[in-house]
Amino acid sequence: MPKYVVAPVEDIPPGGRKLVEVRGRPIVIFNLDGEFFGMLDRCPHQGGSLCEGHLVGLVEASQPGEYKFSRQNEIVRCPWHGWEFDIRTGQSMCEPDRIKATQYDVDVAPGDAVSEGPYVAETFDVTIEEKYVVVEV
Amino acid sequence: MNAIPSSGAIDCDIHPSVPSIDALLPYMADHWRDTIVQRGVHELETIAYPKNAPLTARPDWRPEKGLPASTLAAVQSQALDPFATSIAICNCLYGVQLLMSEDMAAAFANAVNSWMATEFLDRDPRLRASIVIPTQNVEMAVAEIERWADDKRFVSVLMLVMDENPLGRRLYWPIYAAAAKHGMPICVHAGSAYKHPVTSVGWPSYYSEDYAAQSPAFHNMVSSFICEGVFAKYPDLKVVLAESGFTWLPAHLWRLTKFWRGLRAEIPWVDRTPTEIARDHFRLTLQPVDAPPDAKAFETLMEHMGSDEMLLFSTDYPHHQFDGDAVLPVGLSPELARKIMVDNPKNTYPRLQ
Amino acid sequence: MNIQVLNRPSDSAKNKAKMAIADCDIHPSPKSMEIEIYPFLEKRWQDYLESYGFIYRQGFPNGPAFPKGQPDAARRDSYPPNGAKPGADLDFMRAQHLDPNNVQLGILNPLKSGQGLQNGDFAGAYCRAVNHWQIAEWTSKEPRLKASVMVPFEDGVTSAKEIDHWAGDPNFAQVLLLSRTAEPLGQRKYWPIYEAACRANLPVGIHAFGYGGTPVTGGGWPSFYIEEMVGHAENTQSLLASMVFEGVFERFPTLKVILIEAGFAWLPALKWRLDKIWERNRAEIPHVTRPPSELIREHVWLTTQPMEEPEPKEQLLDTIGWIGWDKLLFATDYPHWDFDDPARALPVKIDKATKEDFFLNNALDLFGLR
Repeated sequence: MPKYVVAPVEDIPPGGRKLVEVRGRPIVIFNLDGEFFGMLDRCPHQGGSLCEGHLVGLVEASQPGEYKFSRQNEIVRCPWHGWEFDIRTGQSMCEPDRIKATQYDVDVAPGDAVSEGPYVAETFDVTIEEKYVVVEV
Repeated sequence: MNAIPSSGAIDCDIHPSVPSIDALLPYMADHWRDTIVQRGVHELETIAYPKNAPLTARPDWRPEKGLPASTLAAVQSQALDPFATSIAICNCLYGVQLLMSEDMAAAFANAVNSWMATEFLDRDPRLRASIVIPTQNVEMAVAEIERWADDKRFVSVLMLVMDENPLGRRLYWPIYAAAAKHGMPICVHAGSAYKHPVTSVGWPSYYSEDYAAQSPAFHNMVSSFICEGVFAKYPDLKVVLAESGFTWLPAHLWRLTKFWRGLRAEIPWVDRTPTEIARDHFRLTLQPVDAPPDAKAFETLMEHMGSDEMLLFSTDYPHHQFDGDAVLPVGLSPELARKIMVDNPKNTYPRLQ
Repeated sequence: MNIQVLNRPSDSAKNKAKMAIADCDIHPSPKSMEIEIYPFLEKRWQDYLESYGFIYRQGFPNGPAFPKGQPDAARRDSYPPNGAKPGADLDFMRAQHLDPNNVQLGILNPLKSGQGLQNGDFAGAYCRAVNHWQIAEWTSKEPRLKASVMVPFEDGVTSAKEIDHWAGDPNFAQVLLLSRTAEPLGQRKYWPIYEAACRANLPVGIHAFGYGGTPVTGGGWPSFYIEEMVGHAENTQSLLASMVFEGVFERFPTLKVILIEAGFAWLPALKWRLDKIWERNRAEIPHVTRPPSELIREHVWLTTQPMEEPEPKEQLLDTIGWIGWDKLLFATDYPHWDFDDPARALPVKIDKATKEDFFLNNALDLFGLR
């Protein structure tokens, strides 16, 4: 599948996110500690914009009354009905096997590789010294 | 009734009545026997079933004298024989849970259970019972369960759907632990301890509203058990919803599951859909059937239930829920009838096996 | 870089419902009490409010008894860019909701209106102020919106006067009550409200919430917010049983009631149960001369949000068939978090005529606006 350059990496600092459009699809890119992840910006429930959701941690329990908290800011809650999605895997927290946000492979490519191709960056000016976020759609 | 399997039906909800408080005195300790007489303690009949109200007993089940369902002969000839019932589970609704004093409640609970064992269970091998417990004090309730646990004719533990706290709350969990330990489901029956207004929007004017309110009470109770994680803690526990009307269950689970998907983090121990949890852990007695006498509607409702393992045959004797022997809903297939009358009860009450 | 990035409003603009809709449950809020509400509130009540605050039959003056799942119970994307609260900015409401969702009729249900306050006089004064405010800030500026007559419902007589005051004013589409009241809503203390609503030819909307002073279940207080939320259906079922068995629909034959934000899939089982109880207990309630299911069909409508989500979703068709497609009024509950998007909320395919009734015409007919 073709790869699209969507932003220089410094546009999306760690903990940040950016909404881009690639081939007509709204895609939200998250930066978790230097790793990039991409999701279709439509919640599989009723289409709420995940980019507008707040980041939360993962709350799990092996028994009632327990609240095990981890992975701060790695879960995005849909701004509408609050469904939680693991940014790393796209899986919903309520039914991880059945319900997922559509994910896209996201990578970082250096400027020199990008300018050689085969990357699509139709309206982009790319410089060799920078690094770029690349989405496969 | 040609639908009854040759092995006979298992009736999961009948109500032998305590004929009078005097009948319990022989089963009480000296102090209580004396106190009840000396203080003039009244009958613990409750407004949940006003004595002469039409629902409380079918006309042909009302004796000339005394209370309906208060003698073995009445229960045998009216509840057991006509339906070729092989086993019937007695849920005594004497208002023990309404008392304010835990000590008095514990005394009455024990007296009712003793009376049931002697007057009914001892005298007809078809009869089983739920243990009546004083929910006013959870330790005492557990003690009462332990007292009867070795008597295998007690097959479940009785609670009322509306008590002082939603039944899923942790303070009640020692009761569930004891029931699970002894292989007994909890039987949550319609009715209230009347420690709160019987509707969730205040005290009603009419008994009709009270009886209507039992249904939403069951919905809230299902939410409570699931959201509090009772089944996460006690994965072997089953809960029987007795006299609930049952046709409300699918719509309630749609709603509860929908909200859970967005509010999961508030109750993170609920790790699968409420619908799945309900299908595994709740069972519902048949009468009353809150549906029109319409085979198509009933078939559709069963599709919505999504499981043929959830219904348990019951007559709700002596409450007036049906006429003659028309206890089974129109449109019930023989296969489903057999499941409801035999297999599901056996799978729900381990002590029946 | 010339990267195409989507701008606000949110993505639902792209998937917008092309057809016009009625939204029977929108929640406006004031941007500022001092600027928007105080002009309609006597000084003595401004002073009272500043000293004592809002005192309901619950312990927290500035928060709900059960903390919500998200701040303000709002969609996270419904905060206007100018810093106002969700639902407080008309321009943003137009841009995010009214325009892209083609809302032809929006019914305003302002929730924090003083209903159920312990201080009955303050409740009356505050309701009056909110009624003025709805016109000043909303309906006079946006013809697609209609207001609700807010009344201090625990005082039936004063409520009737408030309804009489606004009767005939085209800004108002309905009277609004809450579901959790001190007594069940069928009781006679509330009858002056129904009488006045019939006089004014206004339907009575009953919206989930309120603090009547009783535990939110008949078996005590649950632990969790999710239980409170789900429990709105149960409260509404009991208030409906009350209205039926008290004979409200017999006494007020032109009364129309809208049950708002309690869902609807529970209705068939309740109707069947009420019919059976009625048949058995005729002697107790001789004033109820017709089956409850008939009375409900004639007098009661329900808004659709939060729409239940069966699996398989086609089962919803069975349920709506038992209720009647003509009894449902589409609503979004904007800007709350459990908002139903008109483009996506109805999970089943229906024919065009039924769709137009469901999303628009049922409401236009009910409110007399067709």
